Amino acid sequence: MVKFNRFTLDNGLRVIVHEDHTTPMAVLNILYDVGARDEDPGQTGFAHLFEHLMFGGSVNIPQYDEPLQRVGGENNAFTSNDVTNYYITLPAANIETAFWLESDRMLSLAFSEKSLEVQRNVVIEEFKQRYLNQPYGDVWLRLRPLVYKKHPYQWATIGKEIKHIEDARIEDVKAFFKKHYNPQNAIMVVGGDINAEQVKQLAEKWFAPIPAGEKYHRSLPQEPEQQKERRETVTAKVPLNDVYIAFHMPGRLEEGYYEIDLVSDILSRGNSSRLHRTLVKDKQLFSEIHAYNMGSFDRGIFVIEGKPLENVTIETAEAAIWEELEKLKQQPVPANELTKVKNKTESTMVFSEMSLLDKAMNLAQFELLGDADWLNKETDKYLAITSEQIQKQAQAIFRKDNASTLIYLAEKVDLVSS
Amino acid sequence: MVRIEWIFSNLRFDPAKPLLNVAVNTMLTEGTSILSASQIADQIDFYGAFLQVDYGYDHSQVTLYTLNKHLSSTLPVIKDILTDSIFPESELETFIRNQQQKLQVSLQKNDIVARRAFNKAIYGDTIYGLGADFDDYKTLFRDDMLWHFKQMYQPSNCTILIAGKVDKKALELLTISFGSDWINPTVEANTTQPELKAAYEHLYFIEKPAALQSAIRMGLPSITRTHPDFPALQVMNTVLGGYFGSRLMANIREDKGYTYGIGSGISSLKKGGALFIATEVGADVCKAAITEIEKEINLLKTELVSEDELSLVRNYMLGSLLGSLENVLSHADKFKNIYFSGLGYEYYDQYTQVIRSITAEEVLQMANKYLDLDKFYRVIVGKY
Repeated sequence: MVKFNRFTLDNGLRVIVHEDHTTPMAVLNILYDVGARDEDPGQTGFAHLFEHLMFGGSVNIPQYDEPLQRVGGENNAFTSNDVTNYYITLPAANIETAFWLESDRMLSLAFSEKSLEVQRNVVIEEFKQRYLNQPYGDVWLRLRPLVYKKHPYQWATIGKEIKHIEDARIEDVKAFFKKHYNPQNAIMVVGGDINAEQVKQLAEKWFAPIPAGEKYHRSLPQEPEQQKERRETVTAKVPLNDVYIAFHMPGRLEEGYYEIDLVSDILSRGNSSRLHRTLVKDKQLFSEIHAYNMGSFDRGIFVIEGKPLENVTIETAEAAIWEELEKLKQQPVPANELTKVKNKTESTMVFSEMSLLDKAMNLAQFELLGDADWLNKETDKYLAITSEQIQKQAQAIFRKDNASTLIYLAEKVDLVSS
Repeated sequence: MVRIEWIFSNLRFDPAKPLLNVAVNTMLTEGTSILSASQIADQIDFYGAFLQVDYGYDHSQVTLYTLNKHLSSTLPVIKDILTDSIFPESELETFIRNQQQKLQVSLQKNDIVARRAFNKAIYGDTIYGLGADFDDYKTLFRDDMLWHFKQMYQPSNCTILIAGKVDKKALELLTISFGSDWINPTVEANTTQPELKAAYEHLYFIEKPAALQSAIRMGLPSITRTHPDFPALQVMNTVLGGYFGSRLMANIREDKGYTYGIGSGISSLKKGGALFIATEVGADVCKAAITEIEKEINLLKTELVSEDELSLVRNYMLGSLLGSLENVLSHADKFKNIYFSGLGYEYYDQYTQVIRSITAEEVLQMANKYLDLDKFYRVIVGKY
């Protein structure tokens, strides 16, 4: 149970306070309601590039990191297809520094040309490091456009191509800030060894003077129902063949989401999971295989990914995966197995309450979805699910005409060992 | 919930059978005389617990995360795997095949190839320098593993650490399973290790003609946590590349934009330490990046750190220390650092004392004492 208070400033900034006096630290987490899905198709990767620029100095504070490190703090941020999240952890006694820094960059950035130039390069190197210079690194650059034809989930947060990042101009940066970075589009969570009254005063002092700005109204093209099976095969300089099968699935708040999330546990969580046991151990067809769901806000993707052993054909590998999916569609999950995945979900929730930062991020995300208190109702939602409901969702999702299959075929390369 | 760790010193490294320590540890979950691999997995997963095996350079361990209410169901499984693992032949075959496949993927990653080459150069033919090769897997045999298991996984070679909701009941249950009836075999665990011997060759260039980025790893053998200079060296390392605002990040990422990330670190192991710098940079700027790294090292050796920068680093390090004590599990981790280095709690008093009082002259001395560029090992994987 994560207890919290919440209030909203006149300018629309939502604030959540979670006191935790077991730690000497405090966290200040700000979630902005903007992600890669809000980008222009001709300027992808922008939300993430922008995240980098948020560290390039704000209107009254030339250096973001330095004063924070000076008070023993650390920070980072991430951008997803749905949101952009910034966080600071620091000794609780120094919490006001976090308010000062975050309020100034919500007020306005420095918009420095030098910062833009450098961060364009840094992000291009990130693009190369994570997506181009790794075996299978480009999987999301290929799989997303295969699965999504209309919805902006069709590009990865890093962007469709390096050129979009190269082309970013300071005017675009300013416009993006104006559109998305204001109190109305943000949720702040302050947690740790602080008290609610103190947070309220500090929030008023530092954030209340920031103009409300314009409310961004999201209206994204929705993905039409997939009509037939999709498939792409790439021959690449990778050491092993690799099979990806992706299915459209319900969004975070849609009916069926929790069922499908449990399906990923049944298939792939731990060594007792079905795919590991059947396809890695018993039938010995794959060296590794995983199933996961991306937790997307809009209609999301359920992915199965496995590397077949060298003597196994792609056809055999795919057929074996489908056989497991058919089982889920045809037979209800046995009571014991359902209890197992529920127990795992329950203990994971308990474990995640050990981390202050996790709690703060989760509160922010649930508040954005509708209500921070849903964090505390999460476990019960999983516990209420029945085998019949899982079977029904499996039948709805695991259809050939809802599947996009991406195959990597290994082009033999010289192995350099050391 | 509680976290319980069973920590064992690795056995003496045998170059003819280099994978025994890692293979025995990794396969602890693969079956005992009464429980099959899948029964072990079922039992742990059913109770919502997490069972991990981890192989490290000095120690290998088994970790259990469990809700207290399920301790009486999960502990007996751990007891069983720590006393009666049998490494079934069929599971061993699967293990070898899957590890060899994973190795093929790892060897396509420049940063991993660079780390392997660097460790080999710094630590030589020892457990620290080992980078498993395909042929090494051919030296794995079940009989050797059983013998290795018997020697290594015994109470006299084990430290148990429990953290979390540690109450009387939890300790009682732990004692029932791992108390007086967990018996040492007659053979002792030989946990001595051969001396480290760094290579003569200092430059390694592994060419990947199609690389978009080059991985760089450079550094040299260094001191360990038990050395009196260690806290001061950590301050110097932090200035150089130990945090986001470090000199290397400020120059090579934030000014030049050559990389997504660059950092330096000190690894402190039982038999020796190493100081290293690691990054992946655009292939076309690899030379320029190395020049800048060397420039930063030379600056640290010739110019005093300003009081402004030094006070920032002091505060950052103290804040970071506080942050690393966030919850009960991190307290246990901090304890492990000193316990396995044979140090007492006064180490942290001394550490904070040094951070508070260190002068710019001392940082300069550390740089001159421990950053001799002539002794640096340099590994480049990609294009140069």
